[in-house]
Amino acid sequence: MKYSDEFRDKSIAQGLARAIDAEVSSQRTYRFMEFCGGHTHAISRYGLEDLLPANVRMIHGPGCPVCVLPASRIDMAIRLVERPEVTLCVYGDLMRAPGSQGQSLLRAKALGADIRMVYSTLDAIRLAEQIPGREVVFFAIGFETTTPPTAVMIRIAESKRLDRLSVFCNHVLTPSAMHSILENPKIRNAGGVPIDGFIGPAHVSTIIGTQPYEPLAEQFEKPIVVAGFEPLDVLQAILMLVRQVNQHRYEVENQYRRAVTREGNLRAKGEVSQVFELRDQFEWRGLGLVPNSGLKLKRSYAKFDAETRFAIHDMPVADNPACECCAILRGAKRPADCKLIGKICTPETPIGACMVSSEGACAAYWTYGRVRGEQVRQRS
Amino acid sequence: MSMKAYPRKLDVKSGRVELSHGSGGRAMAQLISDLFHQAFGNEWLARCNDQAAFDVSAGRMVMTTDGYVVTPLFFPGGNIGSLAVHGTINDVAMSGARPLYLSTSFIIEEGFRFSDLKTIADSMGAAARGGGVHIIAGDTKVVERGKADGLFISVAGIGFVADGLDLSADKVRVGDRVLVSGSLGDHGVAIMSKRQNVAFQTEIVSDSAALHDLVAVMLAAGPGGIRVMRDPTRGGLAAALNEIAHQSDVGFHLQESTIPVKPAVAAACELLGLEPIHVANEGKLVAIVAPESADAVLAAMKAHPLASDAADIGEAVADDHKFVQMTTGFGGRRVVDWLWGEQLPRIC
Ligand code: SF4
Repeated sequence: MKYSDEFRDKSIAQGLARAIDAEVSSQRTYRFMEFCGGHTHAISRYGLEDLLPANVRMIHGPGCPVCVLPASRIDMAIRLVERPEVTLCVYGDLMRAPGSQGQSLLRAKALGADIRMVYSTLDAIRLAEQIPGREVVFFAIGFETTTPPTAVMIRIAESKRLDRLSVFCNHVLTPSAMHSILENPKIRNAGGVPIDGFIGPAHVSTIIGTQPYEPLAEQFEKPIVVAGFEPLDVLQAILMLVRQVNQHRYEVENQYRRAVTREGNLRAKGEVSQVFELRDQFEWRGLGLVPNSGLKLKRSYAKFDAETRFAIHDMPVADNPACECCAILRGAKRPADCKLIGKICTPETPIGACMVSSEGACAAYWTYGRVRGEQVRQRS
Repeated sequence: MSMKAYPRKLDVKSGRVELSHGSGGRAMAQLISDLFHQAFGNEWLARCNDQAAFDVSAGRMVMTTDGYVVTPLFFPGGNIGSLAVHGTINDVAMSGARPLYLSTSFIIEEGFRFSDLKTIADSMGAAARGGGVHIIAGDTKVVERGKADGLFISVAGIGFVADGLDLSADKVRVGDRVLVSGSLGDHGVAIMSKRQNVAFQTEIVSDSAALHDLVAVMLAAGPGGIRVMRDPTRGGLAAALNEIAHQSDVGFHLQESTIPVKPAVAAACELLGLEPIHVANEGKLVAIVAPESADAVLAAMKAHPLASDAADIGEAVADDHKFVQMTTGFGGRRVVDWLWGEQLPRIC
């Protein structure tokens, strides 16, 4: 624990909090979106909002791959495991994500589907080797961080001739989603609260670097600070954002220098570009169709593509109309504003993206922040 | 020459449980007498009846029952057998009772190794003797291969509570202190470290232990001051406190920095995206104690070998929402909720 203790030092945290306090102008409000669920988690778990001045407001972004996976993709996965020959490998927190009828992989498993929880792509390879004769499908999901391991897995499958291993690809890209939050006219016209800056996800940038965010910062005049997931990282990023806002700068800054460079990891990027190509558009729960935001397997790897192999197609389904995810994901509303929260939408019975994993905005609020919400409600 | 009851010896070393061992015939009788009676040996079992008659003392009886379904069956610090005995003793003991007798039922999968069964039964016997209780009745069923994950054990336990002692989760009052008997999450992490698909290296062993002696010492130190005790098993401390908060209509306010957690447990939880307050314990208790008795009870706990790391971690507060809250190591505040569903590690 030595390593992480350094990033959780209370006195340093309080020093950073004082520095933020000293820098903010009382004349304005600062609204920063932490794009990634890892940051949301740190903010909630360590109670960081209590350390911030009242006019610095954190907006929880869409950055949890499980949360933003649309119901239609869960439906597709369920159609996959309904085939008797298929063994589906999934990451644990995906099991509860709701499909269009409220069904989930957890329920499908209880009904007899062969679903195995795995912790890495290597587990899927091992399974494919251990249970020959079965069609082993890996439910690939995640941002740029988890994409290289999927690419590597496909290349290993190819070299080992694991013909019955395939990938149901749901990898998505963060810069496109950020672009969509800032640009999508549906979102803009719906009265989104202006966002003054972003905390960018560090793990993603360890792969892609900070460079892909530069056009966004410039075009939309929003500062972006790529930051680590320790509570001190988050506080320091907020301080850096406050400074940029005060100085009218719109730059991409790197708080996470201990692992992130401007260029990122060239080898990992190479693996990814070898195997994957862009989809024209991909649906995000809460954001709708986002252009150029998803990956699919290149045609030369089609035999490893579960969508092609089993001829399953996307059938988009509408989100629950009462769910406020879309407004929450762009900072226009808070989880407490949703009529469904805690009533029909709970972590056990999630309705929308924000409640699906523990890192979603509604789940984080419901799990850690309810008290603050109640206090705000009672005061107003 | 008198006939031996069982012509062939039970092949404990390399034999396996077959369906016939649950069929009620000679094979089953032999399994019970040569394996279970050997392990549990006591005067009640020796009479070989389908039930056991026993004496009771003055006071109120306490009864509990629990099923044990553990993967893996063997883990650092114990196995399903010792766990089943400790867990049941603890369920009885949390009422302030002295545990006396246990009964047990085995559901065994065809093909299970006798040697493993013997190890498990022996450690149940040892755990029972160590806890001063007797396993006085039992049952054995064998199910076809694939119908049980090796072995399920259920155990019922009874004990008696001294007159006038009535611990209950609806008795907590605002201002009461929250005491825990030691570091949290050891058992859950020890188990997870051995799960097939997670497996990681750790020196953490399960804290599985019988707590009735600790309970007796605490009751003696703070007569009348202890409102309720719980062993925070599945769902961990967070679940135990949320339950008590709802039963007593109070909230709790904890100080994260005072909650004992071993660095290796914290590190493993970090890795898996879990929190130690949600992870299971099998040898720890949480006690809600009147403020005037808290110091004495805590001192008595610390003097006991099973609670040397005991700590006062917070207090009961007035709260209509019955929230369990925690001041984090950073000075911020957050809610400590029940865990939802299974503990499923995060992907990112
Ligand atoms: S509480 Fe549930 S339904 Fe409401 S916005 Fe959040 S996820 Fe959607």
